Amino acid sequence: MSAREDIMGRIKSALRDAPETPVVPREYRRSSNMSAEQRLEQLVDRLEDYKANVFVTPAAKAPAKLAELLAGSSSIVVPHGLPKEWLAELTDDAGSLAVHVDSPERRLTVAELDAVDAVVTAAATAVSETGTIMLDGSEDQGRRIISLVPDRHICLLRAGDIVEVLPEAIARLEATRPQTWISGPSATSDIELERVEGVHGPRILDVIILT
Amino acid sequence: MSNTFLGMPALPVFGHGNLNATEPFPQAARRELANTQLRANLGHATHTIRDKRLKVVAELPDWEQMRDSGSAIKDATMANLPGMLEAFEANFTQRGGIIHWARDAQEANEIVTALIRETGETEVVKVKSMATQEIGLNEYLEEQGIAAYETDLAELIVQLDHDKPSHILVPAIHKNRSQVREIFLREMPGVDPLLTDEPARLAEAARKHLRKKFLTAKVAISGANFGLADTGTLTVVESEGNGRMCLTLPETLITVMGIEKLLPSWSDLEVFMQLLPRSSTGERMNPYTSLWTGVTPGDGPQNVHLVMLDNGRTAALADKMGRTALNCIRCSACMNVCPVYERTGGHAYGSTYPGPIGAILSPLMTGIKSEENNSLPYASSLCGACFDACPVKINIPEILVHLRGEDIDSQRAKIKVPTQMDLLMKGAEWAFSSGTKLNLLERGLPLGKLAAGRDKVIKKLPGIAGGWTKTRDIPAPPSQSFRQWWDKEHTPGTAVVPGMTPGNSAENSEGEQA
Repeated sequence: MSAREDIMGRIKSALRDAPETPVVPREYRRSSNMSAEQRLEQLVDRLEDYKANVFVTPAAKAPAKLAELLAGSSSIVVPHGLPKEWLAELTDDAGSLAVHVDSPERRLTVAELDAVDAVVTAAATAVSETGTIMLDGSEDQGRRIISLVPDRHICLLRAGDIVEVLPEAIARLEATRPQTWISGPSATSDIELERVEGVHGPRILDVIILT
Repeated sequence: MSNTFLGMPALPVFGHGNLNATEPFPQAARRELANTQLRANLGHATHTIRDKRLKVVAELPDWEQMRDSGSAIKDATMANLPGMLEAFEANFTQRGGIIHWARDAQEANEIVTALIRETGETEVVKVKSMATQEIGLNEYLEEQGIAAYETDLAELIVQLDHDKPSHILVPAIHKNRSQVREIFLREMPGVDPLLTDEPARLAEAARKHLRKKFLTAKVAISGANFGLADTGTLTVVESEGNGRMCLTLPETLITVMGIEKLLPSWSDLEVFMQLLPRSSTGERMNPYTSLWTGVTPGDGPQNVHLVMLDNGRTAALADKMGRTALNCIRCSACMNVCPVYERTGGHAYGSTYPGPIGAILSPLMTGIKSEENNSLPYASSLCGACFDACPVKINIPEILVHLRGEDIDSQRAKIKVPTQMDLLMKGAEWAFSSGTKLNLLERGLPLGKLAAGRDKVIKKLPGIAGGWTKTRDIPAPPSQSFRQWWDKEHTPGTAVVPGMTPGNSAENSEGEQA
C-alpha cells in the first residue's frame, strides 16, 4: 500500500466516530466603516510604528518625490510594468542613475540585483489596521526576487488601494498569485524578544502613498 | 484473508522522532530550575511577550469572535480531513507542485534526502520549521553527508551553539544578548571581533554571515504555517526575510508540512493571519508573509515539492478527547503565559513541542507509554492561563486531565498488585460513599492532632503522601470536623442558620434537593 493510501486509511479510521462539522461563525469585522482619510492616516501611523519611512504625496508629484529619495543612488531596478511616468524625473541629472528593467525577456541575475542600490515597485493593496502592504507579482510589482535582494525597497501605493481590515484585502487578492505581505522593513525579535530592524530582507522600506 | 479485516478499525500508529521526554519531567525540571541565568532570561522574555500580546489583542474589538471562528474552522478541517487533503493535493499538483506522503519521521527524512540527492547538491538552506525539527531532519542529513544551514536568527544561534531549541517561536529564548555575542564570537567564521551585544549589531552579524549562502543556495527546505485546500496555496510567516530568501532564490524548494496544517479555503486565512501574529510575537502583523501555489513560471523555485507528514498526527486525531490539540497553529502564546514553562524552560519537556501544548501534543502523537512522555501531562498546575491565551481555544487543561487518566489506566494495566494510590482511592471511595462512614473516619481526627505534637505541625507523612511533606509541613488537623461541629451546634429538625429566616433557608436549599 502506498504511504498516501496508508495515511488516508489511518485518518478515516481515526474519524470513525464521524465528528460533527461545526457551522463556522463569522462575527468578526469583514468590512470597514472608516473614511478614506482615516484609513490613510491609520496606515501612515502603523507603517511608521514599524520603522518604515512614509511620504504622502499627490500622484502628480510622485516622480519628483522619487527623484528626491533616489538622489545619491547610482542604480535601481524596476519591474517592466512600472508606470513610466513615475520615472520621468529620474534621468535628469546627466544620466548618473542607472535604471535596470527586469522583464521576462531580460531577467536580472542575483548578482546584478545584489549590486543595485534600490528597487522601486508598485503594490497591489494595503491593510491600514495592520500596516501591511501586499505585493502579488503583477507587472508593476515584478518577480518576488527583485523586491527582496536590494537593500532598499521604495514602494508606491495608490491611496485608493488602501483597505482597513485584512478580510477586505483577501477579497481583493487572488490566492494563487505569488504573494509577499510586507509590514515594515526586515526585523527580528529573536534576541530577548526585542524587535530590531534590519536582517536579511531590505533594511530600508520607503512607502510613497499617492493621493 | 485480508478481506476479513476490511472495515476493522486500525490501531493508532504513533509518531517517532524528537517527540519524547527522555527523562521524567520533575527530574528534568529540577535540573533546569537550578540554572539561575536561564530563569532570569526566561522570566524577562516571557513577561515582555505577554505584555506585547495583551496590548495588540486589546486593540481589536472582535478578538473573541475571531477566536470562535478560528476554533470552528479548525474543527471543520479535522472532521473533513480526507476531503481537504485531496482538494489541496489536486490544486497544488495542478499548478506544478509535487506531493509526497510520509507515514513517519524516517520516511520523511528519506524522501527529503532523495530529493536533495537528485539535485546533486550537498548543502541546503533552511527556514525555521517545527516539522523538520520534530523529525530530526538536520541530524539525518548530516549522517547522509548533507549540510543544512538554519537561517532564522534564533535557530542559527542554537545551531552554532550545538544546543537544542527551547521554544517553538524563539528557539534561543533561553539565551540573553551577551550569551549570543559569545556564541557568535566563538562559532561564526570571520565575525568582527569588536562585535557588541546590541541586538541590532548581532542581527547585522547574522546578515553578513548568511548573505552569501542565500545568494548561492540551490536547494531550500521549509515548513509551512498554513495550506489552503481550495487553492493549493502554502504560506510561510516570518520576520527577518530569511524565509523570503529561501522561498524565492533557490531552484528547488522542499516543504515539510503536517497533514493537520490545512485550512479549508483562501478566505479562512483572513482569520488566521489576524490570530497568529498577535498571539505569537505580539505584533499587528509579522514583517513578511510569503504565499505560493505550486510553481510560478519565471518567479521563484521551479522545482517545488511538498512532503505531507503524518508521524503520529492520525493517532492524535483518533483520540476524541485530545484531537483538538491538532488545531494548534504553533503561536506559542500558551508557553509564554505558563507559570511552569516560565520557570523550567523548554528543555525540561524533552520534546520538540514544549510548554502546555507540548505536554498534550507529544504524548498524543507518541502514545502515553512512549519513553517518559507520561510525565508531561503533570507538568501543569491546571491554572488555565494557556486555554485563555490560545487563539483557537484548545482546552489544554481538560486534555491534560484526560491524559493523566490515560496514564493511570496504562499503569494499572501494567502492574497487577494494587499501588498505594489505588488503595488510597479505594479507601476514599469507601469513606465518601456515605455520611455514616465519613463520620466514623472523622472520629480519628484527634489522632492527627496528637501526631502533630506540641509545635502543631506534621512534618512527615508515610508512604506516597510523604511526597507532599517533603517540601512543606501540614498544620495539625482540628480536633473535630465541620460536620461534627455542625451536629453539636444544631439539633436536628430545628436548624436555624444565623441571619436567615427558616423560609429563606428552605428557598436556598432548593437547588441541593433537586
